[in-house]
Amino acid sequence: MKKINVKELAEAIEKLCIESNYNLRSDVFHALRNSLNVEESKIGRVIIKQIIKNAELACAKQLPICQDCGIVNILLKIGQDVVLIGGTVEEAVNEGVRKGYGRGFLRKSVVCDPCFERKNTGDNTPAIISQRIVPGDSIRVAVMPKGGGSENVSVVKMLLPGDGPEGIKRVVLQAVKDAKANPCPPVVVGVGIGGTFDSVGFLAKKALFRNINERNSDERYAVLEMNLLDDINSLGIGPSGLGGKITALAVNIETFPCHMACLPVAVNFGCCALRSAECVL
Amino acid sequence: MIKIDTPLDDGKIIKLHAGDEVIIGGVVYTARDKAHKRFIETLRKGDKLPFDIAGQIIFYAGPAPAKPGEVIGSIGPTTSSRMDSFALELLEHGLKGMIGKGPRSKEVKEAMVEHKAVYFTATGGVAALLSQYVKRAKIVAYEDLGPEAVYELEIEDFPVVVAVDCRGNDFYVESSKIWSHE
Repeated sequence: MKKINVKELAEAIEKLCIESNYNLRSDVFHALRNSLNVEESKIGRVIIKQIIKNAELACAKQLPICQDCGIVNILLKIGQDVVLIGGTVEEAVNEGVRKGYGRGFLRKSVVCDPCFERKNTGDNTPAIISQRIVPGDSIRVAVMPKGGGSENVSVVKMLLPGDGPEGIKRVVLQAVKDAKANPCPPVVVGVGIGGTFDSVGFLAKKALFRNINERNSDERYAVLEMNLLDDINSLGIGPSGLGGKITALAVNIETFPCHMACLPVAVNFGCCALRSAECVL
Repeated sequence: MIKIDTPLDDGKIIKLHAGDEVIIGGVVYTARDKAHKRFIETLRKGDKLPFDIAGQIIFYAGPAPAKPGEVIGSIGPTTSSRMDSFALELLEHGLKGMIGKGPRSKEVKEAMVEHKAVYFTATGGVAALLSQYVKRAKIVAYEDLGPEAVYELEIEDFPVVVAVDCRGNDFYVESSKIWSHE
């Protein structure tokens, strides 16, 4: 058994909130640079260059990449040989978010009641926490601040088994078409396939945490990722939705077994400022 | 590159065409969902808005907090379509320009033609960069809304693209026709 004080968890999350908001992921940064070799639209190129310049400036001056510093999605993989002491995980996570968003001058975008009051909680809590118990004696912490524009155009669709890969393609392409400029393209498209109605959305979010240069380990899904990327970039939406060849930088698919009667599909968009950071305690 | 200064008038607006790259100088006002709701409530009560909207530009944005020594925190456009239902009444009261991101409704575009207004898009996700074009910032209304308060910003060489011009031409529609290979 290894004892970990939840204070350490809070401190890690505080640091990761700031780090992820100031520093564009290197996989996304490099994909943007490479996209200049492909993009032919004049305005599209201007926009990609702005995005690159913004990432460099945000890093150099330690400023938030985007004013929308998001609601914080947190993935915790907690080793089953770990004993957590000093308080509750949930309180520690939210303490980390509270401190990170205060100290980092990050925008607080969370409202307390979704439908009626909608009053800003003032400290960007609570975070959306997903946790899994895994073998081992460490905790893997991953943080993703997620903006509203890209969440609002995300989709869950319960397909039928007979719809197959063609049905999945239709859902993803329709989601990208409907999203237009709103999720701040070039986007990263996270796709969840399988599981259940509730878990497929999480698969799509989990897909966005994965390095965008890494293809799905199952070759059939890796091919589907590449085909979908080609199809998306044929739509012509382009950077900022103002037309061009680069609408998406990558499609990441995550899958899970599902009921024999079902084929759940979820599409979660990551904007051009896709942010995440992780560490191990 | 076209340079324009606020406030706007018909003469300036007529010269702008969908797809033009423009840099804006002068004063603009930020407002998001909640501020718009209050604007409309204010107008329907017959009261005055917190600033004279005639000829002005509203920037759909809520900035990050300013770090010590900075004029403003990172600032960039939010999704404009959320403000579509509010924009109609504001255009009737003299609003001449909007800065945001994403397409507008048919109704907004028709009202823009009727009242000779322009809709600009600024790049989403480049808010650290855009903050550098803000030279002065102060809250002029609804401070209780936090990041959704109304800021008066003085901007210089602020880069945008004309997304919808006063003739109703929509660059989102025009450009997707050119680039789509479906």
